[in-house]
Amino acid sequence: MSAVQDPAAPIAIPTQPDQAAIARRERLRFLRRSPTFVIGCVLVGMWVICAIFGNAIAPKNPEFPDVLNKLVAPSADHLFGTDRLGRDVLSRVIVGARAVLVIAPLATLLGTLLGTTIGLVTGYFRGFVDEVIMRIVDAVLAIPIIIIALLAVVALGPSRVTLILVIGLVFTPIIAKTVRAAVLGEARLEYVQAARLRNERAPYVLFGEILPNVMGPVVVEFTVRLGYAIFTVATLSFLGFGADPSIPDWGQDISQHYQFISGGVWWPVLFPALAIATLIVGINLIADAIAQSFER
Amino acid sequence: MGRFLLKRLGLASITLFLLTIIVFFGAQVLPGNVGRRILGPFADQAAVDNLNHQLGTDQPLLTQYWNWISDFFRGDLGDSLAYHVPVSTLIGNALEHSLKLAAFAFVLVVPLAIFGGVVAALKRDRPTDRVITLTGLSLTVVPEFVTGIMLILIFGLWLGLFPVSADAPDGSSILTQLKYLFLPALTLVILLFGYIARITRAGTIESLDADYTRTAFLKGLPRRMVIRRHVLRNSLLPTIAVVATQTGYLLGGLVVIETLFNYPGMGRLIFTAATQKDFPLLESAVLIVGIVFLVTTLLADVAYSLLNPRIRYAAAE
Repeated sequence: MSAVQDPAAPIAIPTQPDQAAIARRERLRFLRRSPTFVIGCVLVGMWVICAIFGNAIAPKNPEFPDVLNKLVAPSADHLFGTDRLGRDVLSRVIVGARAVLVIAPLATLLGTLLGTTIGLVTGYFRGFVDEVIMRIVDAVLAIPIIIIALLAVVALGPSRVTLILVIGLVFTPIIAKTVRAAVLGEARLEYVQAARLRNERAPYVLFGEILPNVMGPVVVEFTVRLGYAIFTVATLSFLGFGADPSIPDWGQDISQHYQFISGGVWWPVLFPALAIATLIVGINLIADAIAQSFER
Repeated sequence: MGRFLLKRLGLASITLFLLTIIVFFGAQVLPGNVGRRILGPFADQAAVDNLNHQLGTDQPLLTQYWNWISDFFRGDLGDSLAYHVPVSTLIGNALEHSLKLAAFAFVLVVPLAIFGGVVAALKRDRPTDRVITLTGLSLTVVPEFVTGIMLILIFGLWLGLFPVSADAPDGSSILTQLKYLFLPALTLVILLFGYIARITRAGTIESLDADYTRTAFLKGLPRRMVIRRHVLRNSLLPTIAVVATQTGYLLGGLVVIETLFNYPGMGRLIFTAATQKDFPLLESAVLIVGIVFLVTTLLADVAYSLLNPRIRYAAAE
């Protein structure tokens, strides 16, 4: 009753936090029941565990060259066989998860942060800056990602930081474009007009009002880009531009052994290839399920 | 229509200008000292200076950019550092090879993916749809070298059906050449199938939901005729336009596929230029890839708008 006694008290505007919470809970329930999501989580979870605890899980030392047992076919002693230096392929596949699972998420995070900020600003303010940035986006999109990355890595020399920066920066315009499209739709809506009329400052309108409402596209974009980041990192290390040649790495192990295929040696190539395929498919199953949960 | 074309051409030239800046930046600014980057940290300073002078990279940036870009559009792409032959000769040969591979892949993938997409749309949300969509998605996202390796293992090693190197011996018949090209082309098919099928599915669903389709059904037309005359006729055009814009995507995949299958096309040329730090060759090759992409996108865009006036008028606003 205090509201009535104080005429200066602000009128309670009916907010709807409950609806947002309900929608979130609905989405989570949908995801838990979606077989795509569950399978994706199992696949990705398996590799995340390998990336964190790899050295403890691996049955042998992935670096140890057993010179007497080079290119031995899979057997009870070496479940996935040994490679050209006599190293245990199973152990290298397990430990190799780390190489890709450090760089790709950091690069995607960088791209998502930058891209979301640029998308919010350009979609909200429009005008000249928007036009300029969209032309830059088109120019970047005209060159396939792997070729841009190749150019930059050759120019700067491959290292972890280079890879993260290059992939992150190449993803930035693509993410910015998606976020911008979502912001264009939101900026016309009444709650944004209301915030403007309240004289809220632009950063608050952008990050406090619009951002929570475009989180759906941002989250979907993040998961999809994560898949592409792993794609790019693995491809670059296959081409010989990996971050660190001294640690086990799936793409690099494949590139060092595919010449042996014609000799009938398939195990040092097949198992890392399956590792990359399962990890990327897993992430994309998760992305697909999340996108569906927002679409409903 | 004139205004629309002019606007599209204007936008494309701005994009092209920015593209040249990005490529220039990547090949001549980012490396810092280009000569040092090529020759390595232990090279003699005099040799580095000499190479920088020969490449023109000791001049001010604006002069460098102007020299490069004016030479480029006059058709003088300079000489390759690694091969000591004109870059234009190398790129000409490589483009021809890549074009052959890409054309073969397109001939295989387009009918297959459109068929898959239409079937998925007709069986929307049923198991057939989920299987086609998820298989397509999963195949599209796996890196080309992984798919390529699997195909080599299955068809090359275990079944022994196809050669694992793509380059047929000189003077072999068309059929033999196609046999050699089959595995790399199939790798591209797998890469593109999911994407094209998804767009076809979306387009087909849109025209299935349209009023004219409902009217056609209510008129009592047989299902087969409605689908062929009303649904497909309206949904396939956008699909074909989107397919045309996929060349850029394709060229990225070629770097890996041509390297893996040892095929002397544009992709492998870019790869060798990159590993040998052959910046003049790398720079021109990347710019050509970008231009090919821009031109095909522009053509697809114009062709599509010719067939669909709504797009034309909206864009001319």
